[in-house]
Amino acid sequence: MLKFIKQNMETISGIEIYPVISLLIFFAFFMGLYWWVFTYKKEKIEELSNMPLDENDNNKN
Amino acid sequence: MEVQQFYYDNKIVKKFLYASILFGVVGMSVGLLVALMYLFPNITEGIPWLSYGRLRPLHTNAVIFAFVGNAIFAGIYYSLQRLLKTRMYSDVLSNINFWGWQLVIVAAAISLPLGYTSSKEYAELEWPIDIAIAIVWVVFGINMIATILKRRERHLYVAIWFYIATFVTVAVLHIFNSLALPVSAMKSYSVYAGVQDALVQWWYGHNAVAFFLTTPFLGLMYYFVPKAANRPVYSYRLSIIHFWSLIFIYIWAGPHHLLYSSLPDWAQNLGVVFSVMLIAPSWGGMINGLLTLRGVWDKVRTEPVLKFFVVAITGYGMATFEGPMLSLKNVNAIAHFTDWIVAHVHVGALAWNGFLTFGMIYWLVPRMWKTELYSKKLANFHFWIGTLGIVLYAVPLYVAGVVQHQMWKDFNPDGTLKNNFMQTVEAIMPMYWMRAIGGTLFIIGLFVLCYNVIKTIKQGQKVEDELAEAPALARIKSGRLKGEKFHGWLERKPIQLTILATIAILIGGVIQIIPTLVVKSNIPTISTVKPYTPLELEGRDLYIREGCVGCHSQMIRPFRHEVERYRKEESGGYSKSGEYVYDHPFLWGSKRTGPDLMGVGGKYNDNWHFNHMYDPQSTSTGSIMPSYQWLFKNKAMDFSKTEAKMRVMQQLGVPYTDEDIANAQASIKAQGEKIEKSLHNDPEFVKSYEMNKKNTLERGEEFVPMSQREITALIAYLQRLGTDIKVKE
Repeated sequence: MLKFIKQNMETISGIEIYPVISLLIFFAFFMGLYWWVFTYKKEKIEELSNMPLDENDNNKN
Repeated sequence: MEVQQFYYDNKIVKKFLYASILFGVVGMSVGLLVALMYLFPNITEGIPWLSYGRLRPLHTNAVIFAFVGNAIFAGIYYSLQRLLKTRMYSDVLSNINFWGWQLVIVAAAISLPLGYTSSKEYAELEWPIDIAIAIVWVVFGINMIATILKRRERHLYVAIWFYIATFVTVAVLHIFNSLALPVSAMKSYSVYAGVQDALVQWWYGHNAVAFFLTTPFLGLMYYFVPKAANRPVYSYRLSIIHFWSLIFIYIWAGPHHLLYSSLPDWAQNLGVVFSVMLIAPSWGGMINGLLTLRGVWDKVRTEPVLKFFVVAITGYGMATFEGPMLSLKNVNAIAHFTDWIVAHVHVGALAWNGFLTFGMIYWLVPRMWKTELYSKKLANFHFWIGTLGIVLYAVPLYVAGVVQHQMWKDFNPDGTLKNNFMQTVEAIMPMYWMRAIGGTLFIIGLFVLCYNVIKTIKQGQKVEDELAEAPALARIKSGRLKGEKFHGWLERKPIQLTILATIAILIGGVIQIIPTLVVKSNIPTISTVKPYTPLELEGRDLYIREGCVGCHSQMIRPFRHEVERYRKEESGGYSKSGEYVYDHPFLWGSKRTGPDLMGVGGKYNDNWHFNHMYDPQSTSTGSIMPSYQWLFKNKAMDFSKTEAKMRVMQQLGVPYTDEDIANAQASIKAQGEKIEKSLHNDPEFVKSYEMNKKNTLERGEEFVPMSQREITALIAYLQRLGTDIKVKE
């Protein structure tokens, strides 16, 4: 399948750098995301996930 | 801290709930009618505004924007206030949102059957309604963001992020896809042409599914599933990853709707890669939803609300597994243009959107009307008949899709095609029957819901705004607090969060669309491709008005069987992107209930088209195409706007000269008379035409020659289709 992709791309000058750039973008995006969620404190996560439940509704379940 | 008292606005939620149920009944009933038309094509014979081509967009728009749309607003207005511990920012804006949205729906319900359509799927509404949608949507956005700003809860729960992404992305998609130049109050032409129009349309179409049918419902899932199960979401961390990766990746996947089409290959491949990646965040979300029920599976057995949620989330999982599979080129080659796609979208629509909405309604109504659900038994019955309906709807259509594709590409040993198109339709008629039965079951379930809801409301109390109390939010420094992490800060800063989400969704769109719009080499021009003549242009507008694109594609994929069936190599072969450069809008279509029409020009004589449009079964036995008798009426076609249409086309870059425009009426007359003359080759035509003429004149009415009636313009267009690249002798 890769040959279909390469065939279109070969004509662009400096194309070799593109895959590296996209890899870096994605690597950074998802590493950032994991850093985001795993540096959370457990208590904070607990508090956040309970938000829909701790409403002072008059008619709770 | 001082505790403040305030009221949640329940009345606006009630209004949206009523509207959602009402339009659910309307939209699904139209859907059932449309499904019956596959079995009885002439069920509404002779009534233009009840013809298949005009009703299909009414069905899709009613279900997506009226049923699901109102359910989204109901869910958001309910959960947003409670998650932020505040009333909506402005009751006036809430009501403008409600009444404006209903006005748009009514305008759609009137204009679509009358044939006012842009023909772009899920964006069929004409420009004045498009503007109204944009205004109402912005009102909704302002109301939501202003509510967020006056909240009493520091942190924004993940459901609200999904709502914000929904607002931003739908606004961007709607505006860019609807860009058009108006000809008159209810007619416009897309500013994009051919391949570019196709790319923008499916960037929109795919992401309308993503950001209208998916992200708001994921927000609702993250709120209502924990509520109904009475336990927090399985993993809040996973929900953060779910959100960002979903919105970042989704926006790139649009081109998978155009595989093997004339779209440049690089864009197709990009669409495939991102579609495959999408399975990760989608399944992450599905698992997060289902595992929220860990430890309460016993409740699922007794609680209908949870049953609906389980099937809804499972449906989401199935549809989002199937989506990436369908975007693989080899699978897409089979499924595209067949009923497989119809099955796929209905698993999403009936299970994910339908069942999540039903579960939400069964949960909300008893709470808002302060009573118990009238009958759990009936709700359980609804669940089972609805589930059965989904299965009976989808499975036969999967079979139909595969069967039909296999028949399409069957060759005899001598290299000729084994089946004509008609045979491939006849083979799947039983599946169309089962689909209609499945749809009927699903609607019966909806009627049971209506009865149950009415009974519950009758035994309940009046809906009142609900008193709540919460401490005011203390002001803190807007920058990062000491020791506060970046994300902690971001999640209490709605504006910054909105901006970041907007950037995430813009990257993919920009990278795909801008090169296709600006890089000329992406669409090689073909010197023999010329603009349509004035009569053909008018005929094309009839094609658009009657919704022909709902059943006929104009895109021959580069497969041996398609070239053999639709346009042989010597006549031009598979479709080239340069053939569509004057097509504002593009009419590639997405479904072949009937055959592709790109190679239809010159394939049959004018009389064949004439007879076929009047009575399709007379030329093609067993055809499920309806007749279009109103095109033959003794009435002159309206050519008063032809010049204006050509001027708009000229502005859009179609090379009509001023002389062409000045000569438009003469050119129409000449081409029309030529077609009338060629119709006279058939003695049958001459006989009935003369008789008709005599009768009309005897009644003392004016007789309009065939050359001036609508059918002639349509024939002119059909005979032109795909002929520009034919090698002329």
